[in-house]
Amino acid sequence: MIPLLEIVNLKKHFKIGKNKTLHAVDGVTLTIYPNEIVGLVGESGCGKSTLGRTLAGLYEKTEGKVLYKGEALPQQYSPKDFARLSSEIQMIFQDPYSSLNPRMTVSEIIAEGPKLVGLWRAEEISAKVQMWLERVGLSAEHGSRYPHEFSGGQRQRIGIARALAMEPKFVVCDEPISALDVSIQAQIINLLAELKNKFGLTLLFIAHDLSMVRYVSNRMAVMYLGSVVELGESDEVFFNPQHPYTQLLIGSNPEPDPEKERLRNQPPLQGEIPTPVNLVNGCRFAGRCPKVIDRCRAETPVLREIRSGHSVACHLVPEGR
Amino acid sequence: MSLLNIRDLQVEFSTYGGKVRAVRGVNLEVEKGKTLAIVGESGCGKSVTVQSILGLIPSPPGKIVGGSAKFNGVEMIGASVSQLNKIRGKHIGMIFQDPMTSLNPTMTVADQIMETLLIHDNLSESEAFSKAVKLLEEVQIPDAKNRIKQYPFQFSGGMRQRVMIAMAIACEPELLIADEPTTALDVTIQAQILNVLRELQKKNKMGLVIITHDLGVVARMADEVAVMYAGQVIERGTVDEVFYQSRHPYTLGLKQALPSHSRTRAQLTSIEGAPPDLFAPPKGCGFYARCKQAMKVCEMHSPPEYQEGQHMGRCWLHHPQAKGGV
Repeated sequence: MIPLLEIVNLKKHFKIGKNKTLHAVDGVTLTIYPNEIVGLVGESGCGKSTLGRTLAGLYEKTEGKVLYKGEALPQQYSPKDFARLSSEIQMIFQDPYSSLNPRMTVSEIIAEGPKLVGLWRAEEISAKVQMWLERVGLSAEHGSRYPHEFSGGQRQRIGIARALAMEPKFVVCDEPISALDVSIQAQIINLLAELKNKFGLTLLFIAHDLSMVRYVSNRMAVMYLGSVVELGESDEVFFNPQHPYTQLLIGSNPEPDPEKERLRNQPPLQGEIPTPVNLVNGCRFAGRCPKVIDRCRAETPVLREIRSGHSVACHLVPEGR
Repeated sequence: MSLLNIRDLQVEFSTYGGKVRAVRGVNLEVEKGKTLAIVGESGCGKSVTVQSILGLIPSPPGKIVGGSAKFNGVEMIGASVSQLNKIRGKHIGMIFQDPMTSLNPTMTVADQIMETLLIHDNLSESEAFSKAVKLLEEVQIPDAKNRIKQYPFQFSGGMRQRVMIAMAIACEPELLIADEPTTALDVTIQAQILNVLRELQKKNKMGLVIITHDLGVVARMADEVAVMYAGQVIERGTVDEVFYQSRHPYTLGLKQALPSHSRTRAQLTSIEGAPPDLFAPPKGCGFYARCKQAMKVCEMHSPPEYQEGQHMGRCWLHHPQAKGGV
């Protein structure tokens, strides 16, 4: 299958002062195929949002490249690039409160992009806005209202309409449900799944809720300190994790099942994710890893396939398991 | 006698838009050494319930308009500030959700923990300081001796939450109330914090109230569960009863809205609609508009609390004339 998006050794570093560099994304290689949903999980500060934003062109790439349908995306987007690529790649943001302009009506918010790139003609705008409002489960009269008049779930629907009105092929969903209540989360997930099938979208689904990511995505990538440490089919990664970090991450995820929770006696992962400033050699997880060996501190493990479709970056995992 | 006993609590907020009836007749009990989890979505009144009985809601606009809350048999509603001050911090500790805004940024961690000890326990400065260091060690902050002299901004989110816990347990309270203690944290840090809470509870035999919207946290921590919706407790029972024999369609709906942890991938069933507006609470059941099993009676008449043993469900489906059940 021809990949839709090929991320090759992508790096995004931030200069944060004299001789200090924050390695937010540090050499991510990931291939995304058409029509699939790739989940991206990890603790806050692991670089998952930075990766998503870099893919959407919101950050300049420090190193590496991203091929979209075989074409290398610019290192830094010019306004022209944004106009061209915004109808290919779109983004849905985490916080439905701060990602909508409070001084624009919902219609203006949804129509802004398509108007700007000439996707909609002036006379069809109101009909198109109405269509999109209905597609995301709102109604036509909501168009004349302002964002503050909506609940969190409704705002996230507006954010989805805004992104999809551009008719993109690839959508980065950056924690689209983290700010929502449980009963509303399922509504948004089901809506995303429905629209994904209807328009043949490809999604990068970033979240920290492991069970939701497992449920939503076909494949799942686990990030730690700027790099992918495990990648594979979602069920495979979730039920048969190989990297010690993935094992501990999934082990700390509480299950909504009291009986299973009573049987759990895994001690929690100690310590906290360090700041990715001036990284040293070796495995990034070595400092917190319960299984660490000397080699981990000396040599950085690379992501390698241990069996078809399942890759792990760990010295301890033998091939063919 | 239960440690905390809340009966028919009613709280209102007067706003420009009218009165918000945030808590509408809540009944809750917490036993010594046990954990009660209060679950519900934002705006259901779970935080207001516990904050109001401690006198922590701003008044005006907030006002307790009815009910009682007894701690060790002593009525807390209507108690004077000086009476409450003897209980708060000493007998009841509280942990807030956002450790960033609930710690004082201009005081060192040591000063903040010592404050409670100096007020309630009559310790000298140096005694209070060494106890504060011990407390930080107890909540597993590495290098406590040096870190205690730092300010909150020098701590990570998880570490700040540990400081909050250390402050709350400083006077060995009989009851600890944790309002969304791990909502702002990563799962790995959440697991650490929950572990600390559980160990402290075992050691000090505290009653623990955890307010959360995460059913996973409930399953891990709770002995008893109260599910709140639109200002009322709609189901209450042991954790097993509530999870495995739900007595309310809302509880059932919450469980079905979560992805299962088994390999099967059942479609998520969402609860359509949104909670009711508490400016004008519905006459009947608060969940009526979203309920798949709604009946005629539910629209106009609020259901009573139906008990089956200790397991309560506030739903007309438990009326003897109702067919089926939840």
